[in-house]
Amino acid sequence: MNKGTGGGPIAAGYSLLFFAFLFGPLIIMVITAFNSSSFPRITPWECFTTEWFDELFGNERLMAGLVNSVIIGIGVVAISVPVGLAGALALSEVGPKVRAALYTVLITPILIPGVVLGISTIVFWGALGRSVGADYGSIFFDGMFLTLAGQVTFIAAYAMLVFLARLQRFDPTLTEAALDLGATPGQAFRKILLPFLSPAIGSAAFLTLLASFENYNTTVFTILSGNTFTTTLASKVRHGTDPSLSALAVIIIAVTLIGAMVHEAYTRRAEVMRTGQAARSKVYGNPVLSVLAHPAMVLVLLLGMGGSLAYKASQIDASVCKQQILDEKRALQEKLLEEQRERIRTQKAGTPAPAAPSSGPAPSSFGGAFNPGSLAPGAAPASPAAPQSPSGFGGAFAPGNLKPN
Amino acid sequence: MTTKDIVLDHVSIRFGSYTAVDNAHLTIQGGEFFSFLGPSGCGKTTLLRCVSGFSEPTEGRVLIGGKDMKGVGPNKRPTALIFQNLALFPLMSVAENIAFPLEVRGVSRKERRKRADELLDMIALPGVGDKKVHELSGGQRQRVAIARALAVEPDILLLDEPLSALDLKLRHHMRTELRAIQQRVGLTFIYITHDQGEALTMSDRIAVMNAGVIEQIGDPESVYNRPKTSFVASFVGETNAIEGKVVLQSGEMVTLETPLGPLQGKAAGGRRYKNGDSCYLFIRPEQMELKADAEAPNTIAASVTKEEFEGNSRILFVSANGVDMRVTRVNRGGSDGMVTGHAVTFAFDPAHATVLPHGQLAGA
Repeated sequence: MNKGTGGGPIAAGYSLLFFAFLFGPLIIMVITAFNSSSFPRITPWECFTTEWFDELFGNERLMAGLVNSVIIGIGVVAISVPVGLAGALALSEVGPKVRAALYTVLITPILIPGVVLGISTIVFWGALGRSVGADYGSIFFDGMFLTLAGQVTFIAAYAMLVFLARLQRFDPTLTEAALDLGATPGQAFRKILLPFLSPAIGSAAFLTLLASFENYNTTVFTILSGNTFTTTLASKVRHGTDPSLSALAVIIIAVTLIGAMVHEAYTRRAEVMRTGQAARSKVYGNPVLSVLAHPAMVLVLLLGMGGSLAYKASQIDASVCKQQILDEKRALQEKLLEEQRERIRTQKAGTPAPAAPSSGPAPSSFGGAFNPGSLAPGAAPASPAAPQSPSGFGGAFAPGNLKPN
Repeated sequence: MTTKDIVLDHVSIRFGSYTAVDNAHLTIQGGEFFSFLGPSGCGKTTLLRCVSGFSEPTEGRVLIGGKDMKGVGPNKRPTALIFQNLALFPLMSVAENIAFPLEVRGVSRKERRKRADELLDMIALPGVGDKKVHELSGGQRQRVAIARALAVEPDILLLDEPLSALDLKLRHHMRTELRAIQQRVGLTFIYITHDQGEALTMSDRIAVMNAGVIEQIGDPESVYNRPKTSFVASFVGETNAIEGKVVLQSGEMVTLETPLGPLQGKAAGGRRYKNGDSCYLFIRPEQMELKADAEAPNTIAASVTKEEFEGNSRILFVSANGVDMRVTRVNRGGSDGMVTGHAVTFAFDPAHATVLPHGQLAGA
C-alpha cells in the first residue's frame, strides 16, 4: 500500500474490520461446531467433540431433505441450462425491437417475488390437474415435481443471463465462416458455438444448481408436505438450534474452500499452458512441483488432508472430558449446598427467634432468598430432613419444607 | 462458360425502401481477378454476401457456372469467403482451422492433417499447424485464412477487404502474395475493397461502385485513364476537378469556360456536348507541369497554400480564384523553396484532361 492510494494505519484498520465483518461469523460458527455445549457457543468452552457431525448425519429428516434437494437440483440444472441457452440464442437472433420485448418477458420471473411464484405454481398446476381430472396422488400434486417446475421458471432466466453475457462476445461471422466452409447449421452450432459457450455452460450449471439448492421462498410452498434441505433447516432453526447446524456449516465451508483452491490451481495452470511459459515457470517447469500443482493432485491432497483430519478428530473420545465437566458441575452444586447447610446451622446456633433473613451471611447468588430456613416462620426446630437434600434447588421442593409446622 | 464463371443477371438487393445494390449486371470470367471498388456503404459487401449465399437478391439471378444459385445455401455453393476479420476459429489450432472444411465433410483425421500440412506448405508457413491462431502474426493469419478457404477446393474465392487490418508494408506485400496465389491456383477471385491502390495493382478488371450502382467496369488502366463518370474520375486515384460550362467542342476537344479562364480537355468516350452544358474537367496532379510561360493555352496562375513532402514526391497545394488544386512533383532531392503565398504558373496537356458531365464526386 502506498500513501497516494490511501495507505496508513486507518486504511489497515479499516481493512481488518472489514475482513472481521466478513469472516468473523464464519470463524465463530466453525468453532461452535466442535464445542460439546448443547447450545452453539464458544464460551464457556467445554469439550472438543465431533458428536455434532454424528448428530447431523443422524438427522433423518435433514438427510431425506438433502436427497430431495439433490434430485431437484440436478433436475433444475438439466432443464434450466438448455432452456436458458435457447432463450439466449433466440434473443441474439431476433431484431432489436422484438429483443427488447422478449428480454423483458424472459427476465420477469426473476423480478417476481419467489413467494408469488411458489403460490402461483401450486395454483396453476393444481387447476390444470383438476381440469384433467387428476387425483391428489398424480404428478400435479407432487411436491417434487411442483418444486422443479416452480424453480425452473426463474432459474432458467439466470442461466439465460449467463449465456447472454457470453454470447455478446461471440463473433457471429465465425458461424457464417463455418457455414461458408461447408458446415451444416447443426455442425456450425456443435463445432463452433458450443465450444465457445462451454465455460458459460459450466458457470450456468453451477449457478442454477446453487440457486435451486438454496431456494426457500418458492420451495417452501411448492414442496407441499415434503421437505428439501433448505426447508428442513429453516424449520429446525425456528424450533431451536443446536451445534449440528454449525457442523453443517463446517462441511459447506470446507467443500467451498476445496472447490475454490482446485479451481484456482486449474486456472493458473491453464494460463501458464496457454501462454506457453510452462518450461520457464519455476513451478510448472519442475517435474515434481508440476505434478503437485496439477488440479487433480491438489484435489486429491486436499481431500486426503480433510479426510485424515476428520478421521483423527472422530477418534478423539469426548466422553472422558464430558464426564469431567459433569463431575465439575456436580462438585459445584455440592459446594453450594454445603455452604447453604453451613448457613442454616449458623442461623440455628445464633439468636433463634426473630432473625431477619438479611442478617445471616448469604453466599448464594440469590441472597439466600431460596433458603428454606429464612422462609420458615417459626424457625425454631427446622425440619431435620432439609439439610440432607442433594438437590440443586437447595431443598426448596423437599416436602418437609412446605409444611407450615 | 466454365464452372468458375459468375453471372450477375440484373441483380438488385433492397432492404425495405433502401436499395443497397441497383441492377448489377455483369459477367466474371473463370480465373479472373475481379475487384469491386467503392467507398464504404456502396453495396459491395452486400453484393458479395449475395454471391456467397448469405442473402438472396431481391430481383435478378446469381449464376455460378451457369447454374442459378437461388435457394442454394452458403454451405452448398462452390464459393469460399474470406471475411474482413478473417473469422479464424480462436479455439482451434491452425491445422484444425485449415482442416475444418474437410472435417465437416467427414474426411478422416489423418487425411485432414496431411491436407492441412500441404496447404501450409503452399502458403509458405510449414510447421505452424499446432500453434494457436492468436500466436500468429497478422500476415500469417491472413495466409491461414486463405489456406482454409482453399481447403474447400472452391471454384471461386471471395475476399471481403481482407487486407484492411494490416499495416502498410504488409499490405503491399500481401497484394503481391494474393496475386501470386491466385495465378498459382487459377481460381476466380472476387475482391472487395475501398482501397483503389489494391484494386489497381491486383485486378484483371475492376467494377467501380457508388451508392449501389456499378458506374464502370474495366481493366485498371482504362478505369484510371478513361473514367466514364465524374464519380469514377474522382474516386480512382487523385485528381483535380474544375467546374465549368462548355463553350466549344471540335472533335474530341472540348473548351470549358471555368473560373480559371478557358480550359481544354478531351471528351470522354467521344461524348458530344452542347454549348452551356455543366461539366467537370479532371486533370491528374501528376499531369500538371510548372511553367514560367504564362501565354501558352491551358495555363493556370495560382498561389501556393502549402506543400506536403511524401518522400518520393512533393504535393503542392495551390489555389486560384477559389479553386483548390494539387500538383505532384517527383522528388529529385533538395528543396525548391515553394513557400506559402508563392505565385506559380502551371499548365497541362489537353489530351490528359478529361471532360465529364457534372455528377457526384467521391467524398463530396
